[in-house]
Amino acid sequence: MRRSQLARACLVTASLVGLGSHATRAQEAPTQTLRVALAEDADVLDPSVARTFVGRIVFAGMCDKLFDINDKLEIVPQLATGYEWTDPKTLVINLRPGVKFHDGTEMDAAAVKYSLERHLTFPGSSRKAELSATEKVEVVDPLTVKITLKSPSAPFVAQLTDRAGMIVSPKAAEAAGKDFGLHPVCAGPFKFTERVAQDHITLDRFPDYWDAANVHFARVIYRIIVDNSVKLANLQAGAVDIAERVAPTDVADAKKDPKLAVNIIPSLGFESININVGNGPKSKSPLGSSALVRKAFELSIDRNAIMQVVYNGLFLATAQAIPPSSPYYNPAVKVPERDIAKAKALIAQAGFKAPVVINLNVSTSPVQKQVGEVIQSMAAEAGFDVRVQATEFASMLASEGSGDFEATAIGWSGRVDPDGNLYSFMYTGAPLNDWHYSNKDVDIWLDQARATTDIDARRALYGKIVAQLAEDLPVLYLDNNAWVTVANKKLTGFRPIADGMIRVQGMQLAK
Amino acid sequence: MSAVIGQPTATVRIPVAQSPRRIAVQRFCRRPAAIIGMFVVAVFIITALLAPWIAPYDPIKTSWTMIRKAPSWANWMGTDENGRDVLSRVIWGARASMMAGLVSVAIAASIGVPAGLAAGFIGGRTDMVLSRVVDTMLAVPNLILAIALAAFLGPSLQNAMIAIGITAAPIFMRVARGATMDAATNDYVEAARALGNPAWRVAVRHVLPNIVPPILVQATLAIAGAIIAEAALSFLGLGQQPPAPSWGSMLNSAQRFLSQAPWLAIFPGAAIFLCVMSFNLVGDGLRDALDPRGK
Amino acid sequence: MKGHLGQRILQVLPTLLLVSILVFCLQQLMPGDPALVLAGEERDPQVLAQIRAELWLDRSLPIQYLHWIGGVLQGDLGFSWRIRQPVLQLVATKLPVTLQLGVMAFIIAVGIGVPMGILSAVKRNTKWDYIANGIGLAGLSTPNFWLGIMLILLVSVKLGWLPPSGYVSLAEDWRQSLATTIMPAFVLGNAIAAVLMRHTRSAMLTAMDQDYVRTARAKGLPERVVILRHALRNALVPVVTLGALELGTLLSGAVLTEQVFSIPGFGKLIVDAVFNRDYPVVQGVVLVTATVYVMLNLLADVLYVVINPRMRGA
Repeated sequence: MRRSQLARACLVTASLVGLGSHATRAQEAPTQTLRVALAEDADVLDPSVARTFVGRIVFAGMCDKLFDINDKLEIVPQLATGYEWTDPKTLVINLRPGVKFHDGTEMDAAAVKYSLERHLTFPGSSRKAELSATEKVEVVDPLTVKITLKSPSAPFVAQLTDRAGMIVSPKAAEAAGKDFGLHPVCAGPFKFTERVAQDHITLDRFPDYWDAANVHFARVIYRIIVDNSVKLANLQAGAVDIAERVAPTDVADAKKDPKLAVNIIPSLGFESININVGNGPKSKSPLGSSALVRKAFELSIDRNAIMQVVYNGLFLATAQAIPPSSPYYNPAVKVPERDIAKAKALIAQAGFKAPVVINLNVSTSPVQKQVGEVIQSMAAEAGFDVRVQATEFASMLASEGSGDFEATAIGWSGRVDPDGNLYSFMYTGAPLNDWHYSNKDVDIWLDQARATTDIDARRALYGKIVAQLAEDLPVLYLDNNAWVTVANKKLTGFRPIADGMIRVQGMQLAK
Repeated sequence: MSAVIGQPTATVRIPVAQSPRRIAVQRFCRRPAAIIGMFVVAVFIITALLAPWIAPYDPIKTSWTMIRKAPSWANWMGTDENGRDVLSRVIWGARASMMAGLVSVAIAASIGVPAGLAAGFIGGRTDMVLSRVVDTMLAVPNLILAIALAAFLGPSLQNAMIAIGITAAPIFMRVARGATMDAATNDYVEAARALGNPAWRVAVRHVLPNIVPPILVQATLAIAGAIIAEAALSFLGLGQQPPAPSWGSMLNSAQRFLSQAPWLAIFPGAAIFLCVMSFNLVGDGLRDALDPRGK
Repeated sequence: MKGHLGQRILQVLPTLLLVSILVFCLQQLMPGDPALVLAGEERDPQVLAQIRAELWLDRSLPIQYLHWIGGVLQGDLGFSWRIRQPVLQLVATKLPVTLQLGVMAFIIAVGIGVPMGILSAVKRNTKWDYIANGIGLAGLSTPNFWLGIMLILLVSVKLGWLPPSGYVSLAEDWRQSLATTIMPAFVLGNAIAAVLMRHTRSAMLTAMDQDYVRTARAKGLPERVVILRHALRNALVPVVTLGALELGTLLSGAVLTEQVFSIPGFGKLIVDAVFNRDYPVVQGVVLVTATVYVMLNLLADVLYVVINPRMRGA
C-alpha cells in the first residue's frame, strides 16, 4: 500500500517544524502571561471523559494530540510525525522522538497504546464511539504504533486530531485513577496548575515541551466570562488578551475599538432545525409526515434575513451539513430563495389547509428564542402557525432523545471529517438520529464513504448524500455558524482555524 | 417567639371595635400614599384588561426594518430586537404580570390558609408536622425552590405561577396559623366549642372571618412579591413563552443589548417597579388601617 | 425559655433532614436526564450507559439517597458530576465570595437603613418621614436584577467608573475586589436597608414612648442625647436580631444578583448546577444554605432572649 499524500505532507511539515525549533532554542524563558476569556466553564479536564467544546480550548494549551488540523482542514502532525494505511484496516503511526510528558516521563508507543486503550475502556469515557472501529492497538517499536480496525474507516485519523488523539502520561493516569481530570498530565505546551470552578483555569509553561521554542508565554490563564457585555468590556479595558465566542451583536462595538482585532472564522458545524420524521407519535405532525410540508416550511423562511436580524450577518446561511470550507462541500445544494406562493402551493399539494401548526422547541437562551420568533413571524406568511416553546436545555435534550418533539432548533460544533457531521445523525438507528430518519440509499452511501480513503470517491458520495437530505429534509440546516474571536492587537500569531480552538503555539504579545 | 420575626408577615390583631370595616375604610382613605397606590394599581389592572384596545401596535408584529430603534414619536418606548413596539409589549406584559400576581397568590393562599387554620386550631401533632414542613420550605432559598419547580413543570407562564404559588404558601400558613391561635382564644370561639359545634364548623364559621384582615394584608404584599418572582423566573427563561411579552422576559432579551439599546431594559423594569411599589403602598395602607393600635 | 430554646435546637435536625429529602425528590422530578446533559455532543448509547453506571444513576432512588446521605453524615458531600471537583471544595471556594458580598451588603444596609429609620421616627409624620418611607418602599419594590442592570448601564457603560461585572478576590487585589463587588453589594443591601429602616422606625417609635425616655426628656437632656443614648440603644435590640435573620434572605437574593454581575459565588454555583442537572452540587449547596439559614434563625432566637431582658423571665 502506498503512503497517502497527506501523510507525506505531514512528514515534510514535521521536519520543518523540527528545524525551526533548533534555531531558536537558545532564547531565554518567556515571562508574559496570556489571558484568555472563555464563554463558559469547562467540564472535567480528562481527555477520555471531557465532553464540552470549551474544554477542548483548554486542552489545546495543555494536551497535544497525535495529529492536528491546519487552516485548510488538512491533517498535520503533532505528537505523531506521520501515518500510513498498510491496508484499509491497518494504520501505522510514527511518533515524534524525544517528547516528554509534564511529569518527565517519556511519550512513546507504549503511552499511545495506554492512552487509546484508556479512551476505550475508562469508566465514563466519552471517546468510545469515536474510536469504536478499533480492534486492537499494538506497539511495534518505541516510536511506532499499529492500530488494527474492525472495518475500514476513513474518518479514523480525523478522530485522532481531537480528544481521542490526546496522549496522557500512563504513570500519572494510573496513579490518579478517576481523579485524573483534577490534575491532568499530558504532553502539551503548558501544564495544569490550578482550577477554580466558574472562575479560572491556570496553566504554566512546560519547559521540556517538544516545541518549546514556539511558546512565548510563561503562563496562560483562562478566565470564565459568561456575560457578553462583560467580555467586551474586559477586552476593551485590556484585562483579557483574547476572547472566544464574542456575541455577533457585539462585533460592531469591537470593531470600533482601535485596540481590538476581530476574527470571524467559519466553523465546521451548523445550526439546524431537527424534525421528528419517524420517532413515535409526534412524528405524525404535518411537518414530520410530509416532505412537501417540510419543503414549504423551508421556502417560507428567509435564512439570509435570519442571519441579518439575529447574527448581524456574520453567520453564513446554508442548506447542508458540510461546511463550505470543507473539500466535501456540495456547491450544488444552495440555500433556496424565499417563495411564499410556492410554499402555499406545496402545503395545498400535500393536502393540508392553513394554518399548519408546527411546535418548535428552542432553548431558553435569548438568542435561540429570537431565532424561534423570527422563524415564527416569517413562516406565518405562508400559513404556518409556528408555536415556539422555549425549553430549558436539559429538558430539551431529554425530549429530543425520547421522541417527544416535533421540531427542535439546536446546533452542532462540527467535526473535521464530513462523517462526523452526518453519520450519527442520518444513519438508520445511529445514536444522534433522534428523529429516526431512515433512507436505505443514504445508509449505503454513508457506509461507502467510510470505507474508502479516496478523496474524489468520498466527495461524490457526500455530494449525493447532501443532495438527498435536501430533498427529504429531516433536518433543516439554517447556517454554518462562525467563531467570533476578538483579540488585542498586541497579540500576534493567532491562527484562525475552523475548529475554533486557540492554539498558543506561535502566539506572542508585543510589549 | 420563633422564626416568624424574620418574615415579612402581617402582624395584625383583630379589631374589636364596632363595625370594624367602616373604621378601616375610613382609616385607609386618610392615607394619601395608599390612595395613590390604589389608583396606580387600578390603572395597571385596567391597562391589562384593555390591552388590545390601548396598545398602539400589535405586540408580536415584527418588522425587519425597525430593529432596535430608539424611542420616537411613532414608538414612544422604541422597538426591540425583532422590530416590535416596546410600549405595546409593556402594555400587554401587564396582563402576564397581573395574572402572575393574582393567580399565584390565590394558589399560595388556598394552600397556606387551610394549612395554617388547621395547624393553629387543631394544634398538637398536626401543628408540629405542618410547622416542620413550613420550616423546611423556608430553609431552601425560595428562588431556588421556584426555579426547581418551574423547571420540573416546564417553562410557561402558567407553570411559573404554580411554582411561585407553592413557594409562597408557607408564609400564608404562618400568618394564618398565628392569627388563628389568637382568634381561638376569643370567648365566643370557646363558647361555640363548648356548645358542642364540630371543630371544622367552628374553624370555618368563627375563626376564619377573624383571620381575614391579616391574610388580606399579606396577600396584597405577596402580590407585589409574586410579580417580582414572575419577572425573575422569566428573566431566567422559565416564564412566559415567546413571542408573548412579559416584563421579565423582555428584560431577559434586553440584557444582550444593554449598551446598544438601553431602552429595552429601562421600560419593562420601570413598569415592574411602579406596579410592585403600588401594591406595596396599598398593602402598607391596609396594614395600618386594619391595625387597632393604629392612630 | 430555656426549654423553648432546647426544643428549637431539637427541631433543627428534622428540618435539615426534610430539606435533604425535599431537594433530593425535587430534582428527581425535574425533567431531563443528567446523563444526557453530561454527555453533551457525545450522546452515544455506550457513553450514556457508562455515565449512568459511573454515577449510580441506574440504581433505585432510595439507594441513591442513602448513598448520598451516608456520605454527608461522614462529611463527604460527593463530587460535582460536571467537573469532578469535590462539592465541599466548591463550597469552600464559593462561600467566601458570597460571604464578602453579604458582609458588604449588610454594612451598606445598616449604613442606609438605620439612620433613615431613626430620621423617620424622630421626624414622624413630617415630610422627612414620608421621604424616608418612600425611599424605603422604593427599595423594597425594585427587582434586584433590574437594579443591577440599571447600575451596570449607568455606572459602567455610561460613566465607566466601575467594572461592569466579574470578580477579583480580596487576596488578589483588594481595590479591584471592592470595585467589582460594590455594585452587587449595593443591589443586595438596598432591599435589606428598606427592611431595616422599617424595623428601626417602629422600634424607635416604641422606644420613644417608653417611660425611661420620657424621664430622660423630662430631666431636660438635649433631644439628641435622648434619642441616641436612650431610645436608639433600646431600639437597636430587635433591629440587630432581625438583621441577623436578613442574612438568610441575602443568600436567596444573591442568586440573581450574582447571575447579573457574573460573580462566581454561591448563587451562580447553584443556578448553573440546577440547569446542568449537577445534582450533587445542588444537594450540597442547598443543604449548606439551609443549615446556615436554620442556624441564623436559632441565633436570632437566642440573641433575642439574651439581649431582651423581658424575655428572660418568660
